[in-house]
Amino acid sequence: MSAPLALATIVAALMLVSLTAYALSGGADFGGGVWDFLASGPRRAQQRALISHAIGPIWEANHVWLIIVVVLLFTCFPPAFALLAITLHIPLALMLIGIVLRGSAFAFRTYDSHQDGAQRRWGRTFAIASTATPVLLGICIGAITEGRLVIVPGEPFLSGFVMPWLTPFTIGVGVFALALFAFLAAVYLTMDAPDEPLREDFRVRALIAAAAVFVAAFGVLLLAQRAAPRMHAWLTTSIWALPLQVATALAALTAIWALWARRYPLARFAAVAQVTLILWGWALALYPYIVPPTLTLEQAAAPAITLRLVLWALAIGAVVLFPSLYYLFRVFKRGEEAFDPLDREE
Amino acid sequence: MSDLLAARSQMAMSLAFHIIFAMIAIGMPLLMVLAEYRWRRTGDGIYLDLAKRWAKGSAILFAVGAVSGTVLSFELGLLWPGFMRYAGAIIGMPFSLEGFAFFTEAIFLGVYLYGWNRVSPRAHLLAGVVVALSGAASAIFVVIANAWMNAPTGFQLVNGQPVNIDPIAAMRNAAALPEVVHMVLAAYAATGFAVAGVHAALLLRNPANAFHRRALSVALIMAVPAAIVQPFSGDINARAVAEQQPSKLAAMEGQFRTEAGAPLRIGGVPDVAERETRYAIEIPRGLSLLAFHDPNAVVTGLEAFPRRDWPPVLPVHASFQIMVALGTYMALVAIWALVLGLRKRDLASNRWLMRAIAIAAPFGFIATEAGWTVTEVGRQPWVIYGVMRTADAVTPMPGLIVPFLVFTALYLFLAAIVIWLLAHHIGASPDIIERTRRVGLVEEAGP
Ligand code: HDD
Ligand code: HEM
Ligand code: HEM
Repeated sequence: MSAPLALATIVAALMLVSLTAYALSGGADFGGGVWDFLASGPRRAQQRALISHAIGPIWEANHVWLIIVVVLLFTCFPPAFALLAITLHIPLALMLIGIVLRGSAFAFRTYDSHQDGAQRRWGRTFAIASTATPVLLGICIGAITEGRLVIVPGEPFLSGFVMPWLTPFTIGVGVFALALFAFLAAVYLTMDAPDEPLREDFRVRALIAAAAVFVAAFGVLLLAQRAAPRMHAWLTTSIWALPLQVATALAALTAIWALWARRYPLARFAAVAQVTLILWGWALALYPYIVPPTLTLEQAAAPAITLRLVLWALAIGAVVLFPSLYYLFRVFKRGEEAFDPLDREE
Repeated sequence: MSDLLAARSQMAMSLAFHIIFAMIAIGMPLLMVLAEYRWRRTGDGIYLDLAKRWAKGSAILFAVGAVSGTVLSFELGLLWPGFMRYAGAIIGMPFSLEGFAFFTEAIFLGVYLYGWNRVSPRAHLLAGVVVALSGAASAIFVVIANAWMNAPTGFQLVNGQPVNIDPIAAMRNAAALPEVVHMVLAAYAATGFAVAGVHAALLLRNPANAFHRRALSVALIMAVPAAIVQPFSGDINARAVAEQQPSKLAAMEGQFRTEAGAPLRIGGVPDVAERETRYAIEIPRGLSLLAFHDPNAVVTGLEAFPRRDWPPVLPVHASFQIMVALGTYMALVAIWALVLGLRKRDLASNRWLMRAIAIAAPFGFIATEAGWTVTEVGRQPWVIYGVMRTADAVTPMPGLIVPFLVFTALYLFLAAIVIWLLAHHIGASPDIIERTRRVGLVEEAGP
């Protein structure tokens, strides 16, 4: 009744593409919120204006990638969706609160542009929500990796619904995700910045974030040894693992060097490659599971007819989507001349 | 409060909240496009101002719509994992298509809201058209999924499990077309009347304000046809319900006994213990006539169903009465405006009409909430009619009252801020006195 593994794998790969797109676009929007939170120095106001300008027209579109992931998950792997929704109820609900506050606070702030007090309060809500949400997202991903998400009927609340996701490892992954998103955002902002001083601000921030990513990654790897032995074993034994790790490390070092040398387009390319490789490495380590240790892709997959139809829908959707996305970015990301801090509607 | 009740309340609250913003996201883009189009046709700058102000006012509503919709897609699993495990593969298809509608909507909304100075006027107008179309498309897809819960098809049940599933057949379920049409019309009628109502109220204070006159005329172009067609569309829904979900129809009408030539009850209080509906004005044979187009048709009463399969009768009956009453009022006002408009009368200076429209500002939204209460509460105790009980769909997670209260507080807070911001926005509308004398609904004079 279930679909063959190959079909399920294709759909899962497309989900991973969406998740990657979300991390690269939506993740960076969250990272922008972090830098809004940490805005400092003489150019604090310009930093905030730049962030807001960079996120404004595109965050809703970036956000849809997450919805695509969720929709694909519940359509194509319904048992996995149900299992995750039950066991990760609390972090997912908290993440939703973060998403709601982030989106609405950002819109409210852009909207009532007059009162300074209100401005700051929305700004703070936006920034705090942007910081908390990636941590929660990371916790959920960490919990899937750790593989303690099982439903035991009659399990008490704490050990059934809290302990499986609240561990040092999951929190480590949460911090890692936060650092990664902040890094991405800072790297992108070096390219969006209209002048040299502002660019320098974000270059320094990107370098600091790169260091944080490095520390967090190391911590996660150490914790994984005990918490996620399957993952750890894969990382140390699989033939895929070594080239992948080398490539990731190379991308990370290239990004840092490029930032150092002020080669911003290269830095952006390397940062994107780094995040993508991390996510794909994670997925490969999980394969063939979707929620270890109970559900493989094959066990969780919907009937083949559903997967085939969804693939058709994705193919047709992509024909509409990619030109539109290209158009959006071309309209709003035309580099420096596009940004003018006083360019407000009305 | 039991966990099941908490989950149901949270779902109802989240949907009731989201639907308001979703309807605005369907209706407002059409209004903006109409205003912008008029500006391009007439060169009257007030229309451009109108489109820009509407766009600015809607921006926060779109954002709240997007985030509350995101909450919903997670909540389907957070609250009803049993339902999703069962139904995901069958009705995921419309949700996947909806995902693409969201994408096109969000992308071109970005272009529309932030691109006034960045794209050509023509590309801008086109972006607005795409937003309007994709908003309607996302409503269509999600309502198809909901219709499947009312008229499940596209699978076979073997040992309680769905097999031989056919997602396309599931999308073409019998409830889909009537529900989709009714929902999209509701969005246009409700948003149109809300906008017309606000500007009518402001015109009562200052009938010569050119800005509000134009706003009123554009809003009525969308609201009037939708409101006039809506009762006919609702009649088709009622007949579909009569055929597919007899227990829902019986609850809507407070019909306890199975009888031929059943009367139509207006008002009345269903008494579940005594199994009768009291104090209603009864129109003999009316229900049989309306629901089956035959005055002698047999209408199945609630008594034909085991007591545990009854939906809550009072809220369903009351909600249905509210929807029909408000729908009738809106249709009558719409006809009134249409007749005056066709005779080229100046609507804005007709104070009674302005009062009637101003009162109706919230009616479409109230009718929609009532309509969804009929649909959803009337389907109880089933989450998938006749197939799966709501009680079997709920999550095993304990303490669901906590998320219910937290999300309720969050949404109340958002609602308060949105209302406050919008009030300021409307308060700041421009004061332009109409210079030409004769202004009608259809023929507007330029400045
Ligand atoms: C502007 C809003 C509005 C107005 C004026 C009306 N409705 Fe409605 N109605 C809705 C908004 C709505 C809705 C909220 O959009 C519903 C919920 C589900 C659906 O598809 O549409 C709905 C559902 C709904 C249903 C239940 C469908 C189902 O459960 O499958 C029926 C029978 C009617 N309507 C009938 C009517 C009639 C006879 C009206 C006559 C005036 C009417 N509606 C006016
Ligand atoms: C936006 C308009 C909608 C409103 C206002 C609405 C309202 C409600 C209400 C009042 C309930 C609680 C019923 C009860 O427990 O007595 C409910 C439940 C539910 N609705 Fe809807 N609904 C809407 C649309 C939808 C759509 C489009 C879907 C799915 C595609 C959906 C899926 C559900 C589910 C899964 C439940 C929980 C199970 C149940 O109680 O039946 N609803 N909704
Ligand atoms: C009948 C009820 C519903 C209608 C008519 C409706 C319609 C819409 C519309 C028009 C939008 C675009 C709003 C905007 O961009 O501001 C929207 C957004 C959204 N809706 Fe609903 N919806 C309904 C119920 C639901 C349900 C049950 C779900 C969950 C499964 C859902 C999920 C979403 C999501 C995820 C978004 C956000 C898209 C984005 O990020 O831009 N909606 N909905």
